[in-house]
Amino acid sequence: MKFSFSKVFTYLFIFFIISVFFIGLKKSNIYDTKNLINQKINDFKLPALNQDSVITDFNLTKNNYTLINFWASWCLPCRDEHIYLMTLKKEYDLKILGINFKDEKKNAVKFLKKLGNPYYLTLVDDTGKSSVNFGIYGIPESILIDKELKIIKKFIGPINQTNILEIANIIK
Amino acid sequence: MLSNIGTTLVVFTLFISFFIINASFVDLKNTNKLVSKKLYKFSLLQSTFIIVAFFTLITSFVVSDFSVINVFQNSHSTKPLFYKIVGTWGNHEGSLLLWINILVIFSYLFLLYNKNSKKNYRLYTLVIQNLLIIVFLVFLLINSNPFSPIYPVPVEGLGLNPILQDPALAVHPPLLYIGFVGSSIYFSAATASLLTSYKGKFFAASIKSWVLISWCFQTLGIIVGSIWAYYELGWGGFWFWDPVENASLLPWFVITALMHSIILLEKRDTAYHWTIILCLLAFTLSVTGTFLVRSGILNSVHTFANDPSRGLYMLFFLSVMILSSVSIFFKKLTKESYNFSTYSKETLILVNNWFMAFFLFTVLIGTIYPIFSEVLTETKVSVGPPYYNIVIIPLLIPFLLLMAIGPNMSWVKNNYINYKKNILIFILAVFINVAIYIYFGSYSILSSLIIISSLCLILSSLIDAIKTKDKFNIVNFSRITSHLGFGLMIFFIGINHNFSIEKDFNLKVGEERNFKDFKINFSSLDIKENKNYKAIVGKFLITEKKSNNKNILEPEIRIYNKPETLTYEASIRTKFSSDTYLTMSNISRSDYYNIKFQKKPFMLWIWISAILISMGGFIRLIKIKKINEI
Repeated sequence: MKFSFSKVFTYLFIFFIISVFFIGLKKSNIYDTKNLINQKINDFKLPALNQDSVITDFNLTKNNYTLINFWASWCLPCRDEHIYLMTLKKEYDLKILGINFKDEKKNAVKFLKKLGNPYYLTLVDDTGKSSVNFGIYGIPESILIDKELKIIKKFIGPINQTNILEIANIIK
Repeated sequence: MLSNIGTTLVVFTLFISFFIINASFVDLKNTNKLVSKKLYKFSLLQSTFIIVAFFTLITSFVVSDFSVINVFQNSHSTKPLFYKIVGTWGNHEGSLLLWINILVIFSYLFLLYNKNSKKNYRLYTLVIQNLLIIVFLVFLLINSNPFSPIYPVPVEGLGLNPILQDPALAVHPPLLYIGFVGSSIYFSAATASLLTSYKGKFFAASIKSWVLISWCFQTLGIIVGSIWAYYELGWGGFWFWDPVENASLLPWFVITALMHSIILLEKRDTAYHWTIILCLLAFTLSVTGTFLVRSGILNSVHTFANDPSRGLYMLFFLSVMILSSVSIFFKKLTKESYNFSTYSKETLILVNNWFMAFFLFTVLIGTIYPIFSEVLTETKVSVGPPYYNIVIIPLLIPFLLLMAIGPNMSWVKNNYINYKKNILIFILAVFINVAIYIYFGSYSILSSLIIISSLCLILSSLIDAIKTKDKFNIVNFSRITSHLGFGLMIFFIGINHNFSIEKDFNLKVGEERNFKDFKINFSSLDIKENKNYKAIVGKFLITEKKSNNKNILEPEIRIYNKPETLTYEASIRTKFSSDTYLTMSNISRSDYYNIKFQKKPFMLWIWISAILISMGGFIRLIKIKKINEI
């Protein structure tokens, strides 16, 4: 029985791997961010677009609700939703935080100048890494959070009229 | 009709496998020293049936017999003949039939070409190989039958995924499978060796050529896959550390280690158990890789239709295979003593094996980590290139240096290392590196070290090649070719990595863009009709300002009709010194196109040196063939 320890260890190891594979088989592996709802957003720290300051998640605790919108000047659907974001700002007094995703500063500024600025703050995520931490697949995408920084709703794709009514219902 | 013929042939093959197992056990009791003639006949019959079954499937693709689900799902009557044939193994069911073909053919060939080995060893190998064949045949029949009929018969098929309609992809799976599945024969042989105590150099000699064959084909298969990814996926890279690529790399590390350790067993009658472990591991990892890819447990660019029951069956089979081989191994494990002196070939071959084991675990952990993290901690992670680069690249430096020294060590003991020669090579390598650094531009210290160590391997291989010129020896020549290929490959990858130019921008027809030494003019846009697709072809004039060299590149956006898919075809101008690479993609509701331009030095040389690695193996096969003739 000289090798008994290594034998037991080997068998246990094999058993462990196979069980993990077995459980893994039953799990869906499709990337899905729906489960993020009701969870707190991750800490973040990003530079602002037009001023020399760094904004963190703490700044958002001052608002009752914040809509975090991920956008870029090169993104065409972002243009489509822009008008709805402007409506949200004007008619519902909602604080919208823009996160400029993998963009060039010059183009981003031009975009806001031309189409109007719906954001009370615009932050810059030039590598796109922070956006991934928010659980973003691509842009445009928006997340509605409350005072405790908990995610209430996620909007994948451009915001539309129906979404505005949904948001209005939540924040009223 | 074809569907019935195919299924019947597969069922016949299954029956013959049972006959072979039975006849083998009967023959084991027979005192005659020769394997019964009946077994040869059965094995030949088995191979014939399964090959005919495979051709039946090819025929149903060629004549577009849509009464077979598999043909309906993966083919279309307007597809060019070549891609109809290729479509046979471009899907899970068809490729499984190809897999079984290789299992069966290797089983027969092993029986045929190992007449000098002991009878009971050959018979046990045959029995185990046939058990494997049975398992896969049952899997095919109950879960993944390529001959399943469909009723009512559809008028037209759904078509083959356009990115698979490519010549490189036609040969990639068969090549890779000969490697993957070929390893089954030494899995069986290793188990048989344990059961019959057929050890030492006889065992080594009996499996050596099979290890070599599977290694050659697998190496070539991986290269072809990589070439395909380079020009088809349109990203300009050639290795993405995608789970499927990793799955093909895992057994490759093991087989490469095995190729070296088998020399130890053959020449010095040592490291028997280690060799056995590698034999068992090679096929186990091949099946594990297939499980990871086909069960849908991991996401990757190779999307086979996923089906949980398929995964369950494979996992069950995998567990049985691992547990039974491990328990046989433990039962037969005896103490083996290793005493090598530090400066000997033996030690360096073992060091090669440690490195291979290290690379293997690095890639294995990276590949399955996401599954473990999800199951154990409920977090989704993905492991990307940075992990592999950080862990593997630094280790390549000592690996390359040892590869340069190793082959010139002598067996048993060596007090004399050729210091003078090695130091000279090293100085020369440093000198060349400095020259490249000054002449072409700067790069990091790590890159320098990689380039220096790869140059050491290249130089010492070249010196060896010159030395063996007078006393030509095919074994040395094949080793030198592979080692030289590896050195060159790392060298060119290093250069390519450091001097590639990449630029991303938007252009519309008639516009021009200037940057660095290049001027790119988007001259025109045409529409081209083809049999199975429509293409938007852009015409770009690229001028190199320094040399005033002009190139016209024509990237395409293809719209395939069956199934309706968009693909982006890169336009690549390959020259000896560099590749010019251009892709374009449309931006919706705009006249602008997104252009990705890349200038990649020495791409052609990366392929040539990679092919050189596998050529070394093929050269070695000539010698083995000669032995059999004698």
